[in-house]
Amino acid sequence: MDKVELKELTLLAAKIRKDVLELLKHRGYGHLGGSMSIVELMAVLYGKQLRVDPANPQWEDRDMVVLSKGHSGPAWYSALAEKGFFPKEKLMTLNDGGTMLPSHPDRTKTPGVDMTTGSLGQGTSAAAGIAYGQKLKGQDRYTYLIVGDGELNEGQCWEAFMLIAARKLNNCIVIIDDNKRQLDGYTKDVLNPFSFEEKMKAFGFDLVQVVKGNDIEAISNAIDKAKAHKDGANCIILDGIKGSGVKYFEELKSNHSVKFNNDEINKAADDAIAALGEFIEKEEA
Amino acid sequence: MFKLTDDRSKKGTPLAKVVMQTLSDLMNTDDKLVFLEADLAGASSSTIIQKDHPERFIQMGIAEANMIGTAAGLSVEGFKPFVHTFGPFATRRVYDQLYLSGAYAHNTINVYGSDPGFDAGPNGGTHTTWEDVALMRAMPTAVICDAADAVQLEWIVKEFASMKGIHYFRANRKDVRNVYAPGSTFQLGKGNVLTKGDDVLIITAGQIVSDALDAAEKLAAEGISAEVIDMFTIKPLDAELILKEAKGKKAIVSFENHSIIGGLGSAVAEVLAENAVGIPFKRHGANDVFGQVGTQDWLQKEFKLTADDLVATVKGLLK
Repeated sequence: MDKVELKELTLLAAKIRKDVLELLKHRGYGHLGGSMSIVELMAVLYGKQLRVDPANPQWEDRDMVVLSKGHSGPAWYSALAEKGFFPKEKLMTLNDGGTMLPSHPDRTKTPGVDMTTGSLGQGTSAAAGIAYGQKLKGQDRYTYLIVGDGELNEGQCWEAFMLIAARKLNNCIVIIDDNKRQLDGYTKDVLNPFSFEEKMKAFGFDLVQVVKGNDIEAISNAIDKAKAHKDGANCIILDGIKGSGVKYFEELKSNHSVKFNNDEINKAADDAIAALGEFIEKEEA
Repeated sequence: MFKLTDDRSKKGTPLAKVVMQTLSDLMNTDDKLVFLEADLAGASSSTIIQKDHPERFIQMGIAEANMIGTAAGLSVEGFKPFVHTFGPFATRRVYDQLYLSGAYAHNTINVYGSDPGFDAGPNGGTHTTWEDVALMRAMPTAVICDAADAVQLEWIVKEFASMKGIHYFRANRKDVRNVYAPGSTFQLGKGNVLTKGDDVLIITAGQIVSDALDAAEKLAAEGISAEVIDMFTIKPLDAELILKEAKGKKAIVSFENHSIIGGLGSAVAEVLAENAVGIPFKRHGANDVFGQVGTQDWLQKEFKLTADDLVATVKGLLK
């Protein structure tokens, strides 16, 4: 990746991260940890890899994104807003009564959202079906399935993975957000998943790549490699940190859903927003 | 327009075969139709589709939740999926998938739940569903049909293939007695008055429509005039017809191969109660019990779902 492109994607990631913090703080609560850990992925997808048209969200030749870990909607909405799918002001309506931006993605409400998710595990099958449909139509399109590490407690994910591997749905790029934590604690303590890499290989994914969850260049390269791998199933594991990008939130004991209800937490958010703002201003100058 | 068969003692084509042959024929001209099976092709005759349309026959393995979710994804891509598994797995096992990935997400999935109620036969209580209609009724936008015979089932499959949304149809896999003459057509959401009568109104659906017609004949022999409605669309329910035909009757009985809780009988009861129809009413169905193993005929008797049982209920209510 050339330096200009890396700079652009780093800037986009900063904007998405700032949006996430701003909209969750504005709302006073929300799924911060899992939103922060997919910020760099969203920047790579919407800044480089995805074939989408914000002016025509239903474009027939578009790539698809299924955010199966639906509670990370705030990160997705921020990316969609930055890309121009809807005005950025809309972000602040998250969870308002009847808003187009519910906490969990809804394909009937939000431009750019192709599948409704939130009941964990279900997006995996939907992504498999979308990818299957793309193949049936003989189209050269990709479906990006973003699934959480905690979400992989759900058996339905593994049913979907069997189908994706058995039918060689190489166009369905499975991305596991391995941020190590779920609502009740560390994934290894809640229900030890052991090795996702070994599990995915055992399930028939013949290209399993592990990259740092906040490494833009590595994520993008892994997606390039997955796209070029046509003979079997593709998986990318994001080795990341829940709450990624802001030390305070990374270290916060319970960071799955955060309430902005005390001075300390509000200051941490404000400081992070200010720092990101300065960075963005400097980069854009 | 429908016409009743001349000979109700004759059976038609096995119902699973009707579904699969009808679909396979439709798939010849409609490239958006796809069929998903959860390792039951050998039991459902969907081998017909597998042979005729190998690309659009999707073998899911024994993974019903994934089957429904995959169907939802195919719908996102503009396909019109039909899926099959046994009734209990087609509804209660995959309810959240059908509800969220399907209905809530405005996707299209046509669900064939086979062997409802006593049709589970030798598969027994573990494979019996007497709550599938209750579950599906509570799902917003879902359409529910219970086919009386092969002629009606073929019409239902064709109708669903042309529609968007969540459509559930339940039917025996085996052949059942004919009710309708070939070529009969129907209207979704409209009940069919099969026999007019003055004393009792019997509202039924599914393969036991023919038993209800037998019961009407037996009652006639005893001087009781029974009217039978085939309410093959259980949702949306033809409330208008119920209220119209209830007028002047001495008794109303619902008759279904389903629990009396939440199914056709409950739906009829809601209409009667909310419209202050003060006519004696009884729900005749599986009486809040689990299923059992046996042949279909034995189970129909065991759970008191025969024509004679219906006659007894009607006479009891008229006393």
